[in-house]
Amino acid sequence: MRKVILAAAAMGLLTSTAWAGDVRIMWYSDGVEGQVFHDLIDRFMKANPDVHVTIDDVAYGTVKDQLPVQLAGGNGPDIARVTALKALSQYWLDMTPYLKDADFWVKNYGDQADWMRPDGSKAITGFMTQITLTGGFANKTLFDQAGVPLPDAKATWSDWVAAAKKVADNQKVPYAIALDRSGHRLTGPALSYGGNYMDADGKPMPIDAATKAFISDFVKWNNDGAASKDVYVSAAGTTYRAASEDFINGQLVYYYSGSWQIPNFATKIGNAFDWVATGSPCGPATCTGMPGGAGLVAVKATKNPEDVAKVMDYLASTPVAKEFAERTLFLPANKEVIAGGLDFKSDDPQVKAALKAFVAASTTTSPVALKLPGWKWSDTYYGALVTRVSQAVAGELSLDDAFKRIDSDVAAKVAEAK
Amino acid sequence: MSNRHQGKDALPAGWLGGLMMVPVKAAMQVIDMPLRAWQRLTGLTGMASFFLLPNMAVFGIFVLVPFVINFVYSMTGGSEIFLDQRFYVGAAQYRDLLDCRSYVDPSTCVEDGFWIATRNTALFVVVQVALMILTALITALVLNREIAGRSFWRAVFFFPVLLSPVVVGLIWRWILQRQGLLNLVLYDLFGFEPYSWLTDRNAAFVAAVGVTIWARVGFFALILLAGLQAIPKDLYEAAEMDGTRRTRVFFRITLPLLMPNLIVVLVLGLIRSVQVFDEAYVLTGGGPGTSTMYLTQYIYEKGFASDLRDPGLAAAASILMGAVLVVLTLAQMAASRRKEKQGER
Repeated sequence: MRKVILAAAAMGLLTSTAWAGDVRIMWYSDGVEGQVFHDLIDRFMKANPDVHVTIDDVAYGTVKDQLPVQLAGGNGPDIARVTALKALSQYWLDMTPYLKDADFWVKNYGDQADWMRPDGSKAITGFMTQITLTGGFANKTLFDQAGVPLPDAKATWSDWVAAAKKVADNQKVPYAIALDRSGHRLTGPALSYGGNYMDADGKPMPIDAATKAFISDFVKWNNDGAASKDVYVSAAGTTYRAASEDFINGQLVYYYSGSWQIPNFATKIGNAFDWVATGSPCGPATCTGMPGGAGLVAVKATKNPEDVAKVMDYLASTPVAKEFAERTLFLPANKEVIAGGLDFKSDDPQVKAALKAFVAASTTTSPVALKLPGWKWSDTYYGALVTRVSQAVAGELSLDDAFKRIDSDVAAKVAEAK
Repeated sequence: MSNRHQGKDALPAGWLGGLMMVPVKAAMQVIDMPLRAWQRLTGLTGMASFFLLPNMAVFGIFVLVPFVINFVYSMTGGSEIFLDQRFYVGAAQYRDLLDCRSYVDPSTCVEDGFWIATRNTALFVVVQVALMILTALITALVLNREIAGRSFWRAVFFFPVLLSPVVVGLIWRWILQRQGLLNLVLYDLFGFEPYSWLTDRNAAFVAAVGVTIWARVGFFALILLAGLQAIPKDLYEAAEMDGTRRTRVFFRITLPLLMPNLIVVLVLGLIRSVQVFDEAYVLTGGGPGTSTMYLTQYIYEKGFASDLRDPGLAAAASILMGAVLVVLTLAQMAASRRKEKQGER
């Protein structure tokens, strides 16, 4: 009987406790980075047989919708690749006592450290696996075939919509422009129109005239058939939907997404047609995209912080970060990597040109855009934006009602946090 | 037992059986003693409670306790999951859910999403249940006839019931999306331009209703088929000898005798329909806009998925939805009792 009880207890331990040396990583991929990441981790495990790393490859939606609930419940992986870094920052582990050289982290990843730690904290919780910038992609082949010149770098949103519509009509393509269904994606153009979400105290403020002007234009483009209505009305709530498949299939003339799509396009479009990255179209105020990216963060609930820090030290190290960036075609955050220069592993001239275009576009990023990734209310604002703008596009809400609802949704969350 | 199993062969079998019964009998004696003592102490009612206890414990742990926890959640605010990190708000969540200037216009409600979902669910339930009963009845009537390959056709209609709702949603999404099978077929056959079925409000609603009927009709048709087969054949023979018209036979014999099964199908269909989630969520994501967002999706999004998550509000909404389901369950129980009584008569 005693043996049975002991065996049952051992089984219980097996199922409920992480063994020393076990590190579980939740990882999502936009392109080929999952494969590269597996290679790097395999190499790490060969060099460190005492640490066993398990990678859970999941969809982005899983990270967005399920990870927050797991974390709030005191569960979750030991390390996760996340974009909602600030909103979940109370769940990240301060790795400072466990890292080999904390100064290396501050020096190389310090610029984005505030994006992934609570306000006022000096914790080192992780690093950006890539820096991204939102921006547009045009199907150059369709433009050429239609005989419509590509708008230049100073072109406005209206210029791009008009040109893309002309191309779509001429080439009998179903969609002229599309934006991903995401509050973050709506924010770049809103800021170009001069919008701002935060007041002087860093609190969310009611939706301003410039943001309203962009949303009004965006809803109009959807109603006119210039923008792909399918993306925004295809779901309710804050569900993320990308329009990348339409672009890859040649069904879309102009796609506003971001730099993370480059490896995806390089792999999936290949020689099917020519495409170019265009940076962010201009609004009345500026021509800004939204910075952001995915960060790899350590989770506070981990049972093995030393092993987690060991894995993170390896992944953040300059040679590994360099290899990851070069093979995935992502823009790195590590300053030593940037200073040393990169040799992106692609023979595709379109890829190199696109990366160059995004680097150039990053120089025009507005100060407000640079603040938003580290602002704790960003995701609340994005959530309200995408939910209500989608309802306005679907014709369920008037623009005025949509604006009132955005304000009341955000105000309710702020009031709840008091 | 036949004679073949008696005589010489019976001895070893009986011996072996007797040997096997030794530990069973010993165990029974061990159990029997305290049970008899318990019965003497508490009487028959106490014994009944004793035997019900395991079932009640399972019910308590997996239904009652979560229900109570859910109710407590509905009285708290904040986005935290653990109760000790949440703050008490009393009935505020219910007030927010029910605060409307006009209940027929969700835009006048504080929590407009809840009322949009309620309205959508009500419409879905009315249309889907009515059409499903009709489809199930027609299917059962056809499958009850002497048709070639009847067993095959029964299996065909029942097969979708065995599929996971997520798989059902995905299959139909691939068929109905803009670059899906339906548009391909329509283009190839008639040259129709591709149409976005799932982003058209009316088409998406029809798709949600149609797909859920396709997925569930086999189960309900089976219940009705069992009812049809229980109707005595001599009634039909008598009607035929009298030269009664087929429609009259259907309305005067088949339908009245099938009524108990139809009531069960109606109530089960209503309950299942109010709970609609998986197929519709995978198929339309609640869109276009919020036109196919049903109550369960609203609760899921509020509780877990949204950037604007509010577990307390989700808990309150689920309590209100639970109240509707309790009413429907009571109706089902009443219908079952009525069926039993009819059976006794």
